[in-house]
Amino acid sequence: MNIKKYLKIYSIFSYTSLASELEYKTNVIIDFVTAILSLVGSIFLLTIFFQNTDNIGGWRFEQALIIQGIYTILNGITNTWFNPNLTEIVKHIREGTLDFVLLKPIDSQFFISLKKIAPSGFLEIILGFALLFYCIGINQININIEFLLLSLSTLLCSIVILYSLWFLISTTTIWFVKTWNATEVLRSFLYIGRFPLNSFSFSLRIFFSIFVPIAFITTIPSEVFLGTAQIWEILLELIVSGIFFIVSRRFWLFALKYYTSASS
Amino acid sequence: MFNLNKNKLITLLKVQYSNMLEYRVEIALWAISGIIPFFMLNIWTNNNLNESINLSNVMLSRYFLSAFFVRQFSVVWVVFTFEEDALLGKISPYLIQPLNPFFRYFAQHIAEQITRLPFAMIIALIFFILNPESTWIPSLGIFLLSCVSTFFSFLIQFLIQSIIACMCFWTEKASSIERLLFIPTLFLSGLLAPVVSFPEYIKSWIYITPFPYLIDFPANLLSGNNTNVMSGFAMQLLWIAALFPIFTKIWSLGTKKYTAMGS
Repeated sequence: MNIKKYLKIYSIFSYTSLASELEYKTNVIIDFVTAILSLVGSIFLLTIFFQNTDNIGGWRFEQALIIQGIYTILNGITNTWFNPNLTEIVKHIREGTLDFVLLKPIDSQFFISLKKIAPSGFLEIILGFALLFYCIGINQININIEFLLLSLSTLLCSIVILYSLWFLISTTTIWFVKTWNATEVLRSFLYIGRFPLNSFSFSLRIFFSIFVPIAFITTIPSEVFLGTAQIWEILLELIVSGIFFIVSRRFWLFALKYYTSASS
Repeated sequence: MFNLNKNKLITLLKVQYSNMLEYRVEIALWAISGIIPFFMLNIWTNNNLNESINLSNVMLSRYFLSAFFVRQFSVVWVVFTFEEDALLGKISPYLIQPLNPFFRYFAQHIAEQITRLPFAMIIALIFFILNPESTWIPSLGIFLLSCVSTFFSFLIQFLIQSIIACMCFWTEKASSIERLLFIPTLFLSGLLAPVVSFPEYIKSWIYITPFPYLIDFPANLLSGNNTNVMSGFAMQLLWIAALFPIFTKIWSLGTKKYTAMGS
């Protein structure tokens, strides 16, 4: 693995895909407006929930905003990196162009996961961080090195889990060819990440911690941010993200053995 | 511009239905991806949020189940198909045919809804097994009326999206406009929270917009919650009547503007 080479390739990837995305400038602007409206909408929904109650699943409104902030950041990352790249896998497999990717002298997972970049998610990432900064103010959170380190590392873990989930589902395309809609199912499940896990009934909580690890994606990082997370939760988050990443990598290599190219 | 007769309509539907049956697994996945209303129901009842809007748990669960159904049968994606067809130049052969291409898309949607029906029924059945107390059978009249209002909701969304799709003639990529419009549809239509629960400052103007008539009105009708049937239908028809001439206008302007690929 030559890190320098990969960094250089990545910068070329970003340059070319940004250039082609910016062909459609109005599109990018409309996507920015969509990002703002989407955040406004989610906060509006939260205010409806909090109209006549002061907590949902033990989270006050100011605390629930943290989850919203983290969700927005992750959604921005999904829109910028995961969504444009991983929907391409389907196309590669259907049209047989995955051959060209596999023949290139770089790692195929690297190529497939990072080839494209869509600027439309940038604003969401910025908005999410802005909301988090606002939450630091209203929740009177003390900022110190330990807090920053823990928050950033759990956030990084959620990004890894999220990526692995997307990549795992996209990989199944090798067998089923058209799984574009499976990512849509994932998307609708991830929607739940906007709300604290404790606000759901017990059975759904189990479902969202084991089968679709939404608990690890937004709730634990938010708890770390609030300073209410237990040490075992943080460790578990680290372990789960590690497992997810390794499994997704292994699964890709395994699936490639079954790749038969188009029309062969 | 609309020379459609019974034969053409039946042939179109037959072709599209067999086409959709090919993709039944895909459609099943689409049906599953529409279960957000059930998660929302879980938040509402689990935190007793419905006490403040005077809706019992049972009525609220019926509402969200109906919302799920209405959404299943009013999902529209014409802009995405049209955009692809326009970008790839597939529109040209369609334009030569003596039939407006939107009838083809319309038939696609209807065929997809028929394919979707069994999957939606299965999801509803699972819901009733998990929540036996919320089982109900609406009277035939109410059921037919809510089918009509769901179809009107579908028509409103189909017209809006077709208008957006026609913008492809000018901008090539129109789906971002649809994604923008999807946000108010998501939050204001009643899919995530019934419109009665909205604060007063929203309720004062929302009933003039088309949004509550997309999901909230048909779902209330079907689930037996309070709703004004007459004004609901009147507003749906009004929006259809308002959007239809806009669509025909933008379509005739757009086709004049259209330059086929490679010309």
